[in-house]
Amino acid sequence: MRSAAALAWKETRVYYASPVAYVISAAFLVISGHFFVASITAPVPEASLRGMFTPLTFALVLWAPIVSMRLLAEEQRLGALELLLTAPLRDWEIVAGKFAALGAMLLGVVLPTLVYAALLFRYAEPDAGPLFTGYLGFLLYGMAASALGLFASSLTSNQIAAGVASAVALLFLTLAGQAAGLVEGAPASLLEWASLPGHYTSFVEGVIELRDVVYFLTFIAIFLFLATLSLEARRWR
Amino acid sequence: MIEAVGLTKVYGETLAVRGVGFSAAQGETVGLLGANGSGKTTTMRILTGATPATSGTARVAGCDLATNSLGARRRTGYLPESAPLYADMTVSGLLRFFGSIRRMGKERLAARVDETLDAFGLTAYRNTLIGKLSKGYRQRAGFALAVLHEPDVLVLDEPTASIDPVQAAEARALIRSLRGSRAVLLSTHDLAEAEDLCDRVVILREGTVAAEGTPQEVAAAAGAANLQEAFLALAQGDARGGKGADFA
Repeated sequence: MRSAAALAWKETRVYYASPVAYVISAAFLVISGHFFVASITAPVPEASLRGMFTPLTFALVLWAPIVSMRLLAEEQRLGALELLLTAPLRDWEIVAGKFAALGAMLLGVVLPTLVYAALLFRYAEPDAGPLFTGYLGFLLYGMAASALGLFASSLTSNQIAAGVASAVALLFLTLAGQAAGLVEGAPASLLEWASLPGHYTSFVEGVIELRDVVYFLTFIAIFLFLATLSLEARRWR
Repeated sequence: MIEAVGLTKVYGETLAVRGVGFSAAQGETVGLLGANGSGKTTTMRILTGATPATSGTARVAGCDLATNSLGARRRTGYLPESAPLYADMTVSGLLRFFGSIRRMGKERLAARVDETLDAFGLTAYRNTLIGKLSKGYRQRAGFALAVLHEPDVLVLDEPTASIDPVQAAEARALIRSLRGSRAVLLSTHDLAEAEDLCDRVVILREGTVAAEGTPQEVAAAAGAANLQEAFLALAQGDARGGKGADFA
C-alpha cells in the first residue's frame, strides 16, 4: 500500500499545485451556496442542508468527469503509464492510488461547504444527525462517481472521450429514477435500483440504510475492479 | 542477468516476436538491433514486465517474469523511448516519487536523489519542471530515473533517437558510465553507436533472432566488412516487410 500512497500523494500534490483545483472548489462553493441560500430563504425555511445536498448531486455529474478524466487517459497518451507498469507496482495499487487522490480532491470541494453547516449552528438549532448523514451520503455519492470516472479514464488515451463517457453514464444514473416513471414492471424496478439519487435520499433525510451503503460500496468496488482489469488488459495489448 | 529463452508474443492476429532467445551477463552491454517492427520494443516490454510473453521464458536478475514480475521489476531500470516523464513535476520531485513507489527508505532515497542529480549534471535543475527542460536534459532525467534505485539490469529503448548529436554524444558517455556491474540491454538504430557501446549485438528480423555475437563476429558471419553492412544484409526482410508478421 506504500506505493499506492505515494501515487495518491503525487496526484494530490499535482492537482492542488494547479489553479484549476481552486477554481473548481470555488465554483462548487458558489453553487452549493446558491442552493443553501435558496433553502434558508424559502417560504418555509428549515435549519438543514437538505435543500443543498439534493441538487448538488447534479454538480457531481460534471465534477467527477472533470477531475478523473486525465488520471489514466493522460498517462496513456504521454506514455508515462509505461513507467508505472514497469515499476514494482501492482495494477490494483495504481488504481487504488488514483482513487485515493480522487478522495482528496472530493474533500477539497466538500470541506469548504462546512461553512454553511457552521452558519446553521451559529444562527439556528439544526439537527446534527441529518447533517452528518447528508455529508456521509454525499461523500459516498462522490466516490462512486469518481470510481466510474476512473474506469472511463482507464479505457482510452483521450481524456475528453473519457470525460464525456463518464458524464453521460453519470447523467443516466442520476436521471434513472425519473426515467423509471416512464416504464413499468421489471425495467422500472431496474432503473429505480440503478438510480444513484435513489440510494442517496435516505442519507439526506438523516437515515443510514444498510442497502444504500452496500449499493454505494458495491458500485465503487465494481468500477475500481473494472479499472484494474482494464489496466491489466492494456498489458496484453 | 538477462535471459530470454524462446520468447513469443502474439497481439491478436500478429506475431510480434517468435522464439527470441539471448542473454546478457553482468557488466555486459548487449545491443538489440532491427528495423522498425522487428520486435525490439516488444522484447524490451516483455523483459521490463510491461507485457507478458505469450510463451517462452524471460528471467531478469534471477527473477522469472512469469512468476515473479514484481521482483524482476524491482531490479530493473528502464528508459522508454523518448523518456515519457511527467511534465508537471520537478526533476527531484519525479525522482522522489518513483523512489517512494520503489519503497526506497527515506534516507537512502534522499542520498540517491542527490547522487543521481549530481551524476547526471542535473543538480542545477532539481527544482525545474520536467516540461521546461530541453529534450537532452529530459533524457538525462530519464536516465537518472532508470538508475535511481541502483538496478542490476538496465533496459534502454533508443535512448539517443530523439535528441541532437551533441546530446546523443553525452548520452553515449552516460551509457558507458552506467555499465559498471550491471547488464545493459540497449536498443538503437544507430549502428556506429551499437558498435561503439555494445559488447555483443542481437539482430532481430521479423520477430526472430537473425544474428547474435560481437559486432565483429556478426559482420564476419554475414561476410560483411562491418556491422552496418551486416545489418543491412540481415535486416533486409524487415525493410521490405513492414510491422510484424501475420499469422497464417
